[in-house]
Amino acid sequence: MLTKRIIPCLDVKDGRTVKGVNFVNLRDAGDAVELGAMYAAHGADELVYLDITATVDGRSTFIDLVRRVAQTINIPFTVGGGISSIADVSALLHAGADKVSINSAAVRNPDLINELSLEFGSQCIVVAIDTRYIETDNGLEHIVHTHGGRKATEIRSIPWAKEVEERGAGEILLTSMDTDGTKNGFALELTATISGNANIPVIASGGAGNMAHFYDVFTAGKADAGLAASIFHFREIDIPDLKEYLKNKDLPIRMTR
Amino acid sequence: MKTVIIKYNAGNVQSVMYALDRIGASYLYTDDEAEIRSADKVIFPGVGEASTTMSYLRNVGLDKVIPSLKQPVFGTCVGMQLMCRFSEENNTECMGIFDVDVKRFPASPGLKVPHMGWNNISGYQSPLTAGLPDNAYVYFVHSYAAPVCEYTVASCDYVLPFSAMLHKDNFYAAQFHCEISGNAGQQILENFLKL
Repeated sequence: MLTKRIIPCLDVKDGRTVKGVNFVNLRDAGDAVELGAMYAAHGADELVYLDITATVDGRSTFIDLVRRVAQTINIPFTVGGGISSIADVSALLHAGADKVSINSAAVRNPDLINELSLEFGSQCIVVAIDTRYIETDNGLEHIVHTHGGRKATEIRSIPWAKEVEERGAGEILLTSMDTDGTKNGFALELTATISGNANIPVIASGGAGNMAHFYDVFTAGKADAGLAASIFHFREIDIPDLKEYLKNKDLPIRMTR
Repeated sequence: MKTVIIKYNAGNVQSVMYALDRIGASYLYTDDEAEIRSADKVIFPGVGEASTTMSYLRNVGLDKVIPSLKQPVFGTCVGMQLMCRFSEENNTECMGIFDVDVKRFPASPGLKVPHMGWNNISGYQSPLTAGLPDNAYVYFVHSYAAPVCEYTVASCDYVLPFSAMLHKDNFYAAQFHCEISGNAGQQILENFLKL
């Protein structure tokens, strides 16, 4: 049976992970390659590396990091952050990334989704949607945000998710800025709506605080994958324990121990 | 031992090369017929769309070279589909090594296409699956699949049962991506290189 995926997300700056990482058994907890390899060994189903570097130098450092990750780990990984052109995507895929995630650039220029999926195949094009439930002229609505969730657009998130699929996205990475960082659980209703409408996989992100939250997002939230960062980095949840928990609740999970 | 990865207009094969690096295998990435024919093992990877890939193979003559090879050949993902007779993806005549037609997954409520992620394979009858745990999980990304047929040596279930691996004579094939399928994928690649 196709399994529900558990995906740790690593924020990377100048080639190193930035969110305080608390793994005593790692030689260098800031080493994004070593951390990714550890997650892979613990049973992570995929990894996401987000480049939060703004500088040109940082960019080439990130590509070098992508190459080292691809050489080291034997599970799929997605890279994102500041990708805005076919050339950016080509460089990252040739360095060995399995998928790329685009966000602001897709909002600025939706045709980019079509171009990238034609050039590289839908299977490697992930569109990240950062969404927040805000007051608009039509009342409260789910609205797409860019710039790390700081800048509101005029795009409604639910139809946007359908549009990116029609334009050729292979997967949606849906982050609720309302729940992100709260540890109160994923945005179940919105995730269920978007995943229920979609014929491509939806990765839910934002709000994971405990193991039950993952169960909820895979059942009520209809998500295909659950993504989290700090709860894994700070070992509030260990991936083997999480997978055991979900397996015991009869969800299809890839067990590795 | 000489291993060749066939070079053609397949998408990104970098991760296949890295996977071979990890198991300490050296390889040549080439489209040269003499090099391919003199290899001990041939890997035919695939990422992409069937019809454009097939017409490229025809233009460079690889569509005749590959079926005539005598050493072990391992096709993966679209590589496997191109080794079948026909693909529903843009109605493409393929190389016909395996006499089976590749079909699109039928629309089915709650089951998304592409089939993307980790799924388990079973019914092993191939030397490539030696040492694998029962129901091993491997990573799939595809919208088209070969049904279960006489060449099926491992199957998977999504909407319908389909061929996860095929085998006929010196030709081996896997629908999934060994190179990113964790330890199971690595074992299969090692088994192929040990044939």
